[in-house]
Amino acid sequence: MHPVLRTVLQRLGLGLLTLFIVSIVIFMSLELLPGGFAEAILGQGATPETVAAFNKEIGLDRPAYVRYVEWIAGVVRGDFGSSYAGLGGSIKRSVTEMIAPRLYNTFFLAIVTAIFAVPLSLFLGVMAALYRNSFYDRTVNAVTLTTIAAPEFFIAYILMFIFAVKLRWFYPTSTVSESTGFVEHLYRAALPAITLTLVIVAHMMRMTRAAIINLLASPYIEMAQLKGIPNREVIMKHALPNAWAPIATVIAFNLAYLVVGVVVVEVVFVYPGIGQLMVDSVSSRDMPVVQACALIFAATYILLNLSADIVSIITNPRLLHPK
Amino acid sequence: MTSQPADLRVIRARRSFSENAWRTLKTAPFTAWLGMIIILVYAIAALFAPWIAPFGESEIVGKQYLPPSAEFWFGTDQIGRDMFSRVIYGARNTIGIALATTLLSFIIGGTLGVLTALKRGWLDQTISRIVDAFLAIPVLIFALMLLAVFGKSVLLLILILALLDSTRVFRLARATALNVVVMDYVESARLRGEGTGWIIFKEILPNILPPMITEFGLRFCFVFLTISALSFLGVGIQPPTADWGSMVAESKTLITFGRAQPLIPAACIAILTVGVNFVVDWFLHKTSGLRE
Amino acid sequence: MSTEKKRVKGEVLLEIRGLKIEGSSDGVWHPIVKGVDLTLRRGEVLGLIGESGAGKSTIGLAAMGFARPGCRIVDGSIVFDGIDLRAASDEALRELRGSRIAYVAQSAAASFNPAHRLIEQTVETAVRHGIKSRADAEADARDLYKRLQLPKPDTIGDRYPHQVSGGQLQRAMTAMAMSCRPDLIIFDEPTTALDVTTQVEVLAAMRDIVEQFNTAAIYITHDLAVVAQMAHRIMVLRHGKEVEQAPTREMLKEPKEDYTKTLWAVRKLGKPESISDDIVLRVHEVDASYGPGMKVLDNVTVQLPRGRTVAVVGESGSGKSTLARAITGLLPPTKGEIYFNGKPLPRALKDRDKDTLRRIQMIYQSADTSLNPRQTIRDLIGRPIEFYLGLKGAECDRRVVKLLEAIELSEHYIDRLPGELSGGQKQRISIARALAAEPEIIICDEVTSALDQIVQEEILTLLMRLQKETNVSYLFITHDIATVRAISDEIVVMHQGKVVQQGPKTKVLNPPYPAYTELLLSSVPEMDPDWLTRLLEKRAAKSREKA
Repeated sequence: MHPVLRTVLQRLGLGLLTLFIVSIVIFMSLELLPGGFAEAILGQGATPETVAAFNKEIGLDRPAYVRYVEWIAGVVRGDFGSSYAGLGGSIKRSVTEMIAPRLYNTFFLAIVTAIFAVPLSLFLGVMAALYRNSFYDRTVNAVTLTTIAAPEFFIAYILMFIFAVKLRWFYPTSTVSESTGFVEHLYRAALPAITLTLVIVAHMMRMTRAAIINLLASPYIEMAQLKGIPNREVIMKHALPNAWAPIATVIAFNLAYLVVGVVVVEVVFVYPGIGQLMVDSVSSRDMPVVQACALIFAATYILLNLSADIVSIITNPRLLHPK
Repeated sequence: MTSQPADLRVIRARRSFSENAWRTLKTAPFTAWLGMIIILVYAIAALFAPWIAPFGESEIVGKQYLPPSAEFWFGTDQIGRDMFSRVIYGARNTIGIALATTLLSFIIGGTLGVLTALKRGWLDQTISRIVDAFLAIPVLIFALMLLAVFGKSVLLLILILALLDSTRVFRLARATALNVVVMDYVESARLRGEGTGWIIFKEILPNILPPMITEFGLRFCFVFLTISALSFLGVGIQPPTADWGSMVAESKTLITFGRAQPLIPAACIAILTVGVNFVVDWFLHKTSGLRE
Repeated sequence: MSTEKKRVKGEVLLEIRGLKIEGSSDGVWHPIVKGVDLTLRRGEVLGLIGESGAGKSTIGLAAMGFARPGCRIVDGSIVFDGIDLRAASDEALRELRGSRIAYVAQSAAASFNPAHRLIEQTVETAVRHGIKSRADAEADARDLYKRLQLPKPDTIGDRYPHQVSGGQLQRAMTAMAMSCRPDLIIFDEPTTALDVTTQVEVLAAMRDIVEQFNTAAIYITHDLAVVAQMAHRIMVLRHGKEVEQAPTREMLKEPKEDYTKTLWAVRKLGKPESISDDIVLRVHEVDASYGPGMKVLDNVTVQLPRGRTVAVVGESGSGKSTLARAITGLLPPTKGEIYFNGKPLPRALKDRDKDTLRRIQMIYQSADTSLNPRQTIRDLIGRPIEFYLGLKGAECDRRVVKLLEAIELSEHYIDRLPGELSGGQKQRISIARALAAEPEIIICDEVTSALDQIVQEEILTLLMRLQKETNVSYLFITHDIATVRAISDEIVVMHQGKVVQQGPKTKVLNPPYPAYTELLLSSVPEMDPDWLTRLLEKRAAKSREKA
């Protein structure tokens, strides 16, 4: 088998294994407090009977591995079970139905952010690396250091304060529903997207700068300069083919970061995404929803890192052209 | 290679520690000085909160949501407590909890990291694989989930975050220690017949300290921001304890009325992390010998 | 074009006057090159020789109008064929680089771009500067590969850098430099990273091609014997200044300056061999491996007499360092036995008692990695005294001072850190640390390889004096035949994990030789400008005989 294919398959296998372990960890977290959990949920008025009924309803009377297999089999089919919110009531609320529209909203926000943030930060980062120690580089360095250090909600509220409250260019809250049109959705998601862009660009630009500087220090770059190759061509022909792996890593890392940053920003702008849903469910201890959200976040995170690794593998000349 | 010619390696004359420290400080850039002053101010606020704050931590002193005035510098919050006093007490609570978490995380992660780097073998493999799986889940998400299960308590918060964060510390400690373990002086100590204790404390630890100190600064910032985010989301530090994250959340409605008060505790968080980052950045440049 | 005019011999091609270059460290600028004059004529090869830090590479790059990041040319003039390189625009410099002045770097493996095929990189300059069409350039590259005696010259260019060996890469880089038929090539330590047997081939190929095209060259190296083969004229540099300059033969025959004489003197160091039957260590039919199928020692038998020096020589991958690991117990042998004072030594390190450990000490190649940078000299030397001999406090300190005296360092060094010492001083500290244990055997693993020649001699002299005083035995692992000649009583030749030969120095170094010993010994450059020519003739005659 070709070494590239073999390495990619190995990496895919490892990714699947990680996903499997993570799913177990997420599932097991509920098992950590099996006894007290029902009491905690049902409150002080819980009688032994109601506790037993609750445990039966959520299936705690059966062995854990059986429930894990049921749960994961459901997840694979896209069924995350029923929310606790409807427990005991007449209507069971499907977790999948709760999540689906919000997942769309979150991905909408994340993708809009990524479309702006990724090219922008790559550009800024490469420029900072090429003109390092210039006034531009120093300024950008200080600004991004500050942005990275500030909590997301700080940036979010400042933007809200200026652009929504004082200037009234945007709504302070980003309520959207399924009937919201695409352009309107874009407009309402603008402030959260700008907040996330600011945070991501800062991180990503700094990482890009470091990666490019590292690359430009390679002896073969100096060799290309000593061969009289113009700078632009040194970058395009000699640096770029070796830059895919570090750049992919930077992008994946920051998109993964974006996925987490979404949680806080959604809460600030009351944007109905999966992050806000997760926070609400944590407060109400609606475990099936929490688990579903955690699994989705973790899977996205793992998949992003996996794709970066695969890009690194398929652009590695040592693997592409074995001895 | 010839990046630093030998004749530049002038043999340094011996200087005492305090002389060295002062020399180093004198050459520190403006940002590093700013960072150190910020940290100092915060430390004073945290240590002497009861003497500095004009009112008690959860003392109700006036009407709700009063605007800033001579008496209440930052106004009052949603139940009429003095925001200025709470901001000062917040330094003590938020920084204290973040510091405790980071310390715990370093004790766990650092010890395991150095130990596995030294011993290798199956223990290293097992721990490294487990850590890899944990690293595949973002800390904030994991913390949210665990807090949902266990409920909200400061002790649990510290434990959960320290455990999750120690995976990151573990990775760094192991990687740095691995670089040191392959050094001939460690092999030399082994050949001499030295025990594990000597090798860890005398040979490895002094050499991984500079990167670990830098990392401590960065991890502290990360933990501090995560705790603030969790508190802001309402699942971190719980009322009536004064804490910057939850203070933002509690007064956030004021923003929509065009009042900037909620930005104050948020700015407190930002300024401290910026300060720590400035110092860390400078320290990194000093220790890594980066000369770009 | 004026190609014909360009090739006129004897005309001045490069003229450097009063060149001053500074390097920055921690934001402070220090002089690296302190006013150097240099004249090079067409077709002439100038050897630049000096120790690390003499500024050789920096001058070489300056000849291309180039300064590395962190360096700057502050004064002087660099005139190449009538063009003032310091005044020339970036565009003009770019036109010159690669096409009229080419560069061959020390590490070919790092200097080739891993993402492109060799031939693509070989022709890049010629095509880019519009000197040749791609097809012509590729045909020419294949021709150059052939002239440089690369295997399969027609197809080797289709390979990627990681797919060919180090020696081949270095020749491919020479082809790359030659592609535009430059007037001047800068060779920057091109064979330093290679084994001696490979070095001969690369040297021969490079010298040949430079002669064929009448190219001028600056050949930078720290190895006198190598430069003697390559250069018409030699310039000796020290601390960024010229020491002296003369035609090669003249310089070799009678160096004028004291510093140059000391460089020459190193090779004359030698001690008469002395044989003994009192065997302190015997490695008996030992196998060792780093895992299944990775056998690195194959049935190795070596004897070390008491109070004598046995030199283990071989190229990289010969297993000589693994032998040290097997003896110290770091890599327990899979077969065979190691006898110490007649008794079998426990195989693994952890099974040996403190007293056994004390008796076998080790000194490493690089004092930078073998001395803990965070421990003072007192800690470094004092620890074995405390650990093995149980001496503490003032008593231990007294012993440390005594050892410092033995290695010719003043007691003032006791509170210093290794970073505050020079390379030679650090290696002395390593020696003192080994001596502190009062050992019977010291294993020296390439202990002088990282040092400049003068310092090497000092360290070797010190080791020999200490042997006389303490009757310690040395197992001296090295790839450097000159060192072997200087200090050994007996020699072990290793090749691919096997012992080729063990015997007294005079026997091993004189014919009749086993085939590998002959190849190895004959490949070591000698301080004779005709050595390479003679060697190549001899080898050619031999292969004709065989055919």
